[in-house]
Amino acid sequence: MKKILTIITISSILFTACKKDNTTPDFDEQNLASLSVEFDNIVGGRTLTMDNSAVPYTNATGEKFTISSIQYFISNIQLTTTAGKQYTVPQDSSYFLIKGADRTTRFAKVKVPEGDYNKLTFVLGVDSLRSTMPVDKRTGVLDPAAGGHMGGGMYWGWNSGYIFFKLEGNSEVISDDQLGDPTGKKQFKYHIGGFGGYSAQTINNIKTITVDLNNAGIAKVRKDRQSNIHLFVDLIKFFNGTNTFSIKTYPNVMFSEYSTNLAKNFKDMFTHDHTEN
Amino acid sequence: MQLRYIKYLLVIVMFVYACKKSEVIQDKVETFLGFQRPKNFPETAYNFANNPVTKDGFELGRMLFYEPRLSRDNTITCGSCHIQSSAFTQHGHDVSHGIDDRLGTRNSPPIMNLAWNKAFMWGGGIYDLDLFPISPITTHEEMDESLENVLNKLKAMDKYKNKFRAAFGSEEITTANFLKALSQFMLLCVSSNSKYDKVMRKEDNASFTATELEGYELFKQKCASCHTEPLFTDNGFRNNGLAPSPINDLGLYTATLLNADKYKFKVPSLRNLKYTAPFMHDGRFLTLDAVFTHYVHEVQATENLDPLLNKNGARGIAINNDEKTKLMAFLNTLNDEEFINNKLLAEQ
Repeated sequence: MKKILTIITISSILFTACKKDNTTPDFDEQNLASLSVEFDNIVGGRTLTMDNSAVPYTNATGEKFTISSIQYFISNIQLTTTAGKQYTVPQDSSYFLIKGADRTTRFAKVKVPEGDYNKLTFVLGVDSLRSTMPVDKRTGVLDPAAGGHMGGGMYWGWNSGYIFFKLEGNSEVISDDQLGDPTGKKQFKYHIGGFGGYSAQTINNIKTITVDLNNAGIAKVRKDRQSNIHLFVDLIKFFNGTNTFSIKTYPNVMFSEYSTNLAKNFKDMFTHDHTEN
Repeated sequence: MQLRYIKYLLVIVMFVYACKKSEVIQDKVETFLGFQRPKNFPETAYNFANNPVTKDGFELGRMLFYEPRLSRDNTITCGSCHIQSSAFTQHGHDVSHGIDDRLGTRNSPPIMNLAWNKAFMWGGGIYDLDLFPISPITTHEEMDESLENVLNKLKAMDKYKNKFRAAFGSEEITTANFLKALSQFMLLCVSSNSKYDKVMRKEDNASFTATELEGYELFKQKCASCHTEPLFTDNGFRNNGLAPSPINDLGLYTATLLNADKYKFKVPSLRNLKYTAPFMHDGRFLTLDAVFTHYVHEVQATENLDPLLNKNGARGIAINNDEKTKLMAFLNTLNDEEFINNKLLAEQ
């Protein structure tokens, strides 16, 4: 009898536990829990290795190249629950600089209400509002002093604004003249920015990326665990996306009309691989 | 014997006088008035609410303006290319002369009346004074330094820790406070005490001579639509018909990529022309005479030429020699000697 009671008690506890686990908490903007979005840089079927000149990567045009630096801003993260409720992470906590050379920067860590999320939206770049804010609002990764100006800098001093996406590397196809790299280092530089302008309407390369989490696993955000949305960021798609281009023809693209073509490839780079709940 | 006494007396009198005079000067220096809008000037464009000008902030800004550590090898200050005696330009240089004797592509513009400026640089691109200094600090031909390094160099100096604490309540040297201090100094570089200003404000019984007055009337007819009073710029960007330079500087287009902005440059103020030659964005005209010759005879029909310089199929502005003399006389009333001699704005 006692044994039976014990079994009933245990199973009822287990049952409750199971039930608790499967219940989606009520959507409450005060009840926040941790969620991370992982930006895992890859190049086609290979992992990202910097300056891998022994076995370079190859783009769709057949050009071999290596990567020496990749950095980009992720901002304005927004999530949608399976029930269609939307949550926007407060802007002040929603700017991240992902650096290929520093694996610790690959996570965008945010707090969102407990819940089950099947849609992730974010901006690749820095929104126009923040791009025109007073200097006091530009702290952390947005500090114009962050990263210096030769290597890591993501701020254009001469034409106020952030570089959203910065990819640099080398390719033998690059000429040694003014049209390529006159220093002879065979370097390519893609510094993509442009938020639309302070007063006059100028190029806008801010891209909003939406990722459907249904197929590879929704994010179950709870206080007692760490949910991680693991994205692959395939840098080969920057070369081979919607607008395939040749490194030889366009070895340097910065603030120019052509940059808008390269920014069209951003959305092709992001795929959802899985979610760790 | 008597003469000697007189000599002593004279020396004593001189001493007393000198003391008195220095007291007056000291008084002037110590009563810090902050930013004051001259009576004949319009509302400012700068957001003072976000960066109120204080004595400590201004003094810190002045220290930074004259601080060589802002450049890579600690040789160049802001004041190197913006010299007070030249109304904060680099007199005698067509284009700015920076680190390692490198040359820029544009003429060093004056640090003057920036509180009324809506856009900065000859070719635009910067629309907030607080963000401006990043450009010269990081530009290869100017200071060639990173902002991060500048802050690190300053952090190692006690005098800055103290001054930052006094100015902003914290000795932490942040990008924002560094830039705001520089703004506070630059905002106080106000030139508003030319003869013209005194006439307009009816101060010191100032009045134009007959020639100056005729020049003023001509100015209003022929120049004022772009060089608008009292700042003598409409703050706009215009193509004034200069022949493109060998480097084909496209001006505002570089920052906006809009075809309608090709060859447009910022309309400069006409204040302090006596001290600021050479003229134009690339300093191509060494004298005002050459500038007049351009407007009268040499305006080119380039893309986006300002319609005001191409009226009824006639390019340029019709100005005869007599009118030129009168206009020159008027322009001369825009020179502000107090501005270039203001001790508050000088390196201490």
